[in-house]
Amino acid sequence: MRLAELDAILGDVNRIILGKERPICLSLACLLARGHLLIEDLPGVGKTTLAHVLARVLGLDFQRIQFTSDMLPADILGVSIFDRDSGTFHFHPGPIFTQVVLADEINRATPKAQSALLEAMEERQVTAEGKTRALPEPFFVIATQNPTHQIGTFPLPESQLDRFLLKIELGYPDPAAERELLAGADRRQMVSDLAPRITPPQLIALQQRVRQVHASPALIDYVQALAAHTRTAPRWQAGLSPRACLALLAVARAWALLDGRDHVLPEDVQAVLPGVIAHRLRPTDDTARTDVEAVAAALIEAVDLP
Amino acid sequence: MARSNRPVSSRQGWWLLATALAASLPLTQHLPLWLSLAAGTAFAWRAALTWRQWHLPPRWLVVLLVIAGTAGVFLQYRTILGRTPGIELLVVFLALKLLELRTARDTVATALLGYFLVLGQFLFTQTIPTALLACLTVLITTAALLAAGDDRPKPWQQLRRAALMLAQALPFMLLLFVLFPRVQGPLWGIPQDRFAAVSGLSDTMSPGSIAQLSQSDAIAFRVQFKDTVPAQSRLYWRGPVMPLFDGRSWRVAQTLGAYPAVPYAGLGAPVDYEVTLEPHGKFWLFALEMPATLPPDSALTSDYQPIARQAVRSRLRYTQQAWPEAIAGVSESSGILRDALALPKDGNPRTRAISAAWRAQHGDDGAAILAAAENLFRRQLLIYTLNPPLLGTDIVDEFLFDTKRGFCEHFAAAFVFALRAAGVPARVVAGYQGGEVNPVDGYLVVRQYDAHAWAEAWIAGRGWVRVDPTAISAPTRISSNLANAVPVGEELPFLTRGNLAWLKELRYRLDAVTNGWNQWVLGYNPQRQRDLLASLGLNEPDWRSMTAVLSVLGGTVMLALTGWILRNRLRVDPALAAWRRFTARLARRGVAWQAWEGPQAFAERAARQAPLHAERIREIAALYARLRYGAAPRPSDLIRLKAEIAAFKP
Repeated sequence: MRLAELDAILGDVNRIILGKERPICLSLACLLARGHLLIEDLPGVGKTTLAHVLARVLGLDFQRIQFTSDMLPADILGVSIFDRDSGTFHFHPGPIFTQVVLADEINRATPKAQSALLEAMEERQVTAEGKTRALPEPFFVIATQNPTHQIGTFPLPESQLDRFLLKIELGYPDPAAERELLAGADRRQMVSDLAPRITPPQLIALQQRVRQVHASPALIDYVQALAAHTRTAPRWQAGLSPRACLALLAVARAWALLDGRDHVLPEDVQAVLPGVIAHRLRPTDDTARTDVEAVAAALIEAVDLP
Repeated sequence: MARSNRPVSSRQGWWLLATALAASLPLTQHLPLWLSLAAGTAFAWRAALTWRQWHLPPRWLVVLLVIAGTAGVFLQYRTILGRTPGIELLVVFLALKLLELRTARDTVATALLGYFLVLGQFLFTQTIPTALLACLTVLITTAALLAAGDDRPKPWQQLRRAALMLAQALPFMLLLFVLFPRVQGPLWGIPQDRFAAVSGLSDTMSPGSIAQLSQSDAIAFRVQFKDTVPAQSRLYWRGPVMPLFDGRSWRVAQTLGAYPAVPYAGLGAPVDYEVTLEPHGKFWLFALEMPATLPPDSALTSDYQPIARQAVRSRLRYTQQAWPEAIAGVSESSGILRDALALPKDGNPRTRAISAAWRAQHGDDGAAILAAAENLFRRQLLIYTLNPPLLGTDIVDEFLFDTKRGFCEHFAAAFVFALRAAGVPARVVAGYQGGEVNPVDGYLVVRQYDAHAWAEAWIAGRGWVRVDPTAISAPTRISSNLANAVPVGEELPFLTRGNLAWLKELRYRLDAVTNGWNQWVLGYNPQRQRDLLASLGLNEPDWRSMTAVLSVLGGTVMLALTGWILRNRLRVDPALAAWRRFTARLARRGVAWQAWEGPQAFAERAARQAPLHAERIREIAALYARLRYGAAPRPSDLIRLKAEIAAFKP
């Protein structure tokens, strides 16, 4: 049985973003697992709305940063400005000091600006002008990026991609959902009408619960077997790192909780596998890179349950 | 388990095709053309089936094809027994089995048939290249067998796994090879349907017959001397003795098995050696003159040639002793001496005239006539050549006085004729002369081009005396070798040419390797095994004790392995064991559990496929999932799971 509050949250989000149950579930799982989310998709498929809705229903502050190629780290982190009245420098926090950050088109910015965000994501604190400031808790970054083959993009290096727990795609809605969207009410209005379903302390408690979801030895064997296969099979340039295994287990735990269970099943691991490996495993065969679902399915079918 | 009735995947199809090709390609040289073509067509058909995902041919068609193939083999040989027809039948079956690959069981059957055909290659040749080729085929077949169980790995991974498994099996193979009780006899105790033409001496000799052999560098036999190798000029390997002459060719006239033991006394220092005789299809064994002992299962003919009881159809090894100075036949029977004097009524008048003159001059003094004959040969300045001119009717006259060019058979024939015409009993002896020591392993290698013919004259009081008329005219043939004896520019067997040092070196090494293979692998017979075991401290082991030792050894190994496997099996989670029983039961209903499928996912799929049992399946899967993956599995759940599964009868 799924927890009532999670059910309510998913119901709200699904009411606004139509026909995307799975990506929505995954993004909630990512949040519950205290990870950050990377969405790679074309403009206009609902990335901003998703971030906004999540922030609303979870009762979190929301900021959006539009990344551009002339952006500087200070534009994200904040800047100290000399205050003539008090005769001191006064720190003006940047847009990152919030609970949900939507970093839009992250690969349009230069590596310098990207790394400012990514460091903040990893450390959950910002150091500017010699002073370290903690970011609010919970802290959740949803970054979007354009497909890397587009002009004017700075692809994120693998090491930085690894900071994101999951990478998902939203994709076009199916015709029925799209029709409902077109005929239905104004989404912007719907979002602002949403009431929070839980409070930040409740969210933190849920994140705690995710960490307590049981992963049995048999299941850990399975995660290890999957990783071992990616490390030896010639299909990938490099296998899954231990950090990637941790990520896989963390998201699988959140997925199990979303399914109302107190233990992880292999199905949970298999369900979140595409999102976990999408930005981490690079197939040797370039043509296979596009269809993450198929790559994940092949990996799943290649590894027997221990 | 469920795997045996899983359909054959296309990857498995390709593997089996590769197996069939690898197993039957080396056999094509022994197969009739129609069968090669038919098998090729079946293989192409299989390729198309796999590639295009066509439907398998109907069963009745396959049955008809099997009948047609069997009939074809029968019509060709009038039997389906024996080596070649048997192998051909197997090829027919293998090719057609490829057309009925339905389930995993068929893939296993095909792979096993592939193994069997690998053995088939050894029925034809047992050389090192054959063995290497067979290893490759076994590797491919093993990989195909592995693919029958699990076709997900890539081909090279599959090959690597197979190679690893074969490497693990290697010690067992060696152990069995060395220790398993050997059976006396050829490697393959099956009827030989045809003995392929092998070059070698024959039981008749006419001008040109030995010269023909001189073009072959095939190995006749190898010899290992216990001490030093005697001088080249003493290496006369006695072969068939030919006393009968019809004016053109010489023939054997032997009383087989006349002497079970050597009938003459030894003289001088004996020479001990071991011969490894290549199969030649005849009964005779070659021995250094004069044989002092006889190999087992052999006897001496009336003209002192060792003869085996059975034709030499597989490589034969025997130890022997020779008395180089033995005097044989001092009291020879009159019948043999009469034979050794017989001449055709007419022909060769010039030689007869000269012989008559010797007779008139020396009377009964055989030794003097012999010296006169040798003198004549020396005076005539005869030329030793591989390409003697053709001779007409009076072959001896023409050779001695007109053409004066000949090969050893001309020399021997003319010499014996001249002696007989002068009243001295004489006969032609064929065999081999010389040989070449391989510096790598010290074996003396005697090749077909060492074939030679010489003369034997009977002198009263001295018995049979060996005279080599070739040595009178071409002493280098005897003291050195063929290449040095024939005039420059004559075409020689490739290997006798002396100017290619590196080639010679390479040949020595290759030959030493082949010899090692023959001696230690193919020739690993009961005697060798006994020697080896004796050197390991197992003196005089008999079949019974060897079998006992092997059984104990093998049993211990098997017990250890079984124990290890059992221990691993006991470590299997009881919930998992119960789950396996459950999935096996469903698999029989056609709902096969994929090994990567999670319990809930499988339960959903199975529930859809077997809606009648949906509830039960879901319940069992949930119980199992809780037991295997849950936080605190309850023992009562395990009992319930077992009970549910025991009661589950889809």
